[in-house]
Amino acid sequence: MSATSDDRYAEYDGQWKRPTVFRSHTVKYAVYAVVLLFVAWNVWAVRLPLDRIVQGFGSAGVLVGNMFPPDFGVSIVVRTTEFGVPVPVGTNVSDGAVRLWDGMVETIAMSIVATVVGVIISIPIAVMAAENLVPKPVYIIGRTIVSVSRALHELVVGIIVVVGFGFGALAGVVALVWATPGFLAKLIAEDLEDIDPAQIDAIRSTGASPLQVMLFGVAPQVMPRLIGLTIYRWDINVRAATILGVVGAGGIGNVLVRSFDRYDYQYSLAIILAIIAVVLVGEAVSAIARRRVQ
Amino acid sequence: MLSVENLEKTYSSGDEALKGVSMEVSGNEVVAIIGPSGAGKSTFIRCINQLTEPTSGSIELDGVDLTGLSDGELRDQRRNMGMIFQEYGLVERLSVMENVLAGRLGYLSAWNAFRRDFPEEDVRHARATLDRVGLGGHDDNRADELSGGQRQRVGIARAVVQRPKILLVDEPTSSLDPETSRAVMQLLTEIAADEDIPVLINIHEVELALEYADRVVGLADGRLVFEGSPSDLDENARDTIYRATAESSSDPDGDAEGSNGTDPRMITESR
Amino acid sequence: MATDIATRSGDWERFDRRKKLLRYFGLLGTLIVTLASWQALGVRYTYLETAPEMTFNLFQRMYPPDTAYAPEIVAPMIATVNIAVVGTMVAILMAIPVAYLGARNTTPNRYTYSLGKFLIVASRSVHVIIWALIFVILFGTGTLAGILSVAFRSIGFLAKLLSEEIEEIDETALEAIQATGAGRLETMMYGVVPQVKPAFIGISVYRWDINVREATIIGFVGAGGIGMELQTRINFFDWNGVLTILIAILLVVMFSELFSAYVRKKVR
Repeated sequence: MSATSDDRYAEYDGQWKRPTVFRSHTVKYAVYAVVLLFVAWNVWAVRLPLDRIVQGFGSAGVLVGNMFPPDFGVSIVVRTTEFGVPVPVGTNVSDGAVRLWDGMVETIAMSIVATVVGVIISIPIAVMAAENLVPKPVYIIGRTIVSVSRALHELVVGIIVVVGFGFGALAGVVALVWATPGFLAKLIAEDLEDIDPAQIDAIRSTGASPLQVMLFGVAPQVMPRLIGLTIYRWDINVRAATILGVVGAGGIGNVLVRSFDRYDYQYSLAIILAIIAVVLVGEAVSAIARRRVQ
Repeated sequence: MLSVENLEKTYSSGDEALKGVSMEVSGNEVVAIIGPSGAGKSTFIRCINQLTEPTSGSIELDGVDLTGLSDGELRDQRRNMGMIFQEYGLVERLSVMENVLAGRLGYLSAWNAFRRDFPEEDVRHARATLDRVGLGGHDDNRADELSGGQRQRVGIARAVVQRPKILLVDEPTSSLDPETSRAVMQLLTEIAADEDIPVLINIHEVELALEYADRVVGLADGRLVFEGSPSDLDENARDTIYRATAESSSDPDGDAEGSNGTDPRMITESR
Repeated sequence: MATDIATRSGDWERFDRRKKLLRYFGLLGTLIVTLASWQALGVRYTYLETAPEMTFNLFQRMYPPDTAYAPEIVAPMIATVNIAVVGTMVAILMAIPVAYLGARNTTPNRYTYSLGKFLIVASRSVHVIIWALIFVILFGTGTLAGILSVAFRSIGFLAKLLSEEIEEIDETALEAIQATGAGRLETMMYGVVPQVKPAFIGISVYRWDINVREATIIGFVGAGGIGMELQTRINFFDWNGVLTILIAILLVVMFSELFSAYVRKKVR
């Protein structure tokens, strides 16, 4: 059968090459080669010291051993009664526990204040970064603010503010507020660009001022999303606030770094676990709140 | 020649989809399997090439028993059976040509498959087949750019380039509009004649079965209840096929029949 | 009929009033919580009064950027990109098996699924700075600690998105390839790889882009990259040098963001 069937198809081209999304196969292999060389150069450039990797992971066991059990600084005071039965009579709260608690309260307070201030600042920036609502020069300024806010990590801003001004928790708030437009103004601006122009025209035709157009034509269309994103941003701010203290910008991060400096690893682990717990709770609260709103 | 003897399938959930079905298919006949939802049609087709492993019974293709084969032997046998799916079964992000040539994967080393290095005669055959199903010139289109009818034609081309000894077709038309459905059925009957192979089609629309099949088989509640030429399928016969399930109080495999491959049971059963 | 309308409109009004009340309470609650938080921060108000002046002063001290210093930051800037690339690569290698475990349709059993999900959550909920603190203890200060902290931070992100992609795989296409008699490897190459590849590339490049940004800060705790240099400049109050670094970071981060956006738009 195969001989005859081959004759039947003789007129068809037997050559076939997989189509490529690149301009040609040469371009494709060139791109692959460049990517490969780039990655290889990166690996070469960092020159991973194998002996240190082995050694480091070897000592991981010791570090983990030193971290366990986590020490939250809270112990139960036990008194042995006259019959020899131990009875818990109260708790003994050490300085560490107090610092952990205070650090956490400060972290959450920072995240809340920063969210409120950040959102208030982000709203005008969002309007500026919406192409359909403002003239071109304003749009460019708006986009630039968004880009710069995104590009500089809140920790970079935090460290500068701390050293430049030296104000602890407020530095953390400033850093978080700085980072907010990069997220919130960007997303709201995208929403503003998608709004229904007919509704704006309707308001405008009643003779409303530009501010009134914003309040009655634009705001209602993006409000639910703004609230959702605000809650989401708060959740992100909680995460960020937990580590801002690393550079001295307030919050639990400060306590964490000091514990590492004092080799108090059991306390460190306690702090890390507390951070994870707060972050996960924040995430859950945010998820539930956003579902409620929408 | 395909001969199935007393095929039974009980799913791990306890649903008895097939309760002993026997039939033979040979020559270049087009056989349509009809029956209500949940009758076991899809399970039957899938058992033949062991995408679903039958519980008991035997399936012989040209004298080779397909049950109880090792993985390697089963792969060799699957090359002889072209399968066409309800939801086309195309890899959407691959080109039409790659989807068709995938029919030759059973003959290719993994390395050559990776390099897309198919023998020239396979490529010729694939091009010819695409031409034949009316998709000449679409070689480099991505499968997700095609319409439903075109996708099904790619699925048919993939099965044909396998140079199979039989075509197994699972509900080829249920995702298509009536006009396209008829064109696909027409194509399948032509292929049966040209390639001189039998085609076993499991189909929901009785009218299409009557129009295109040489022989009709009726399944109901996991049993074969009718077998004959389209002209034999009178009111009486229809009643037997479609009333059997209506009367049975429990639907044996309601879910298993809607088989579009996403049924979790199907996946766990397949090899 | 008339009573029907009356009750209906009454209902509507009551509902609206409840909604309004809820909204006011929500606003009031937010206000109280915010004020309480502000109180908890214990900010001295003199700070706020002098803040605008201080900010202006700081900018004055920063400007102009120190161009003579620019060549010196090329090396740490490159190291930052190196950390992001290698860290992402290591993360990808480790995320693939984790994604395999964390996807419902590929994971071998219930326990491996839980394990996969646990690894994803564990990696994601520990901030890159905390990973860096730990890895600096284990490996000393420098690039290695940076790479590992970026990698460990990224595993969860990559594995989560990748496992979601794996769960989206069209099983019919896989069966169809199997049904042609293709072997396991060939089924992977033709059935699984094409379905997952675009998302895989997109997710990896996206994470690389995020990692460039993260690599700029891990230096604050000694894990290599431009962050160490920045911290030194800040501690020396070399504000012109600081501005030079900030501009460099801005350029590199924006470029990587544009590149990542371009690739993600192209790959589908």
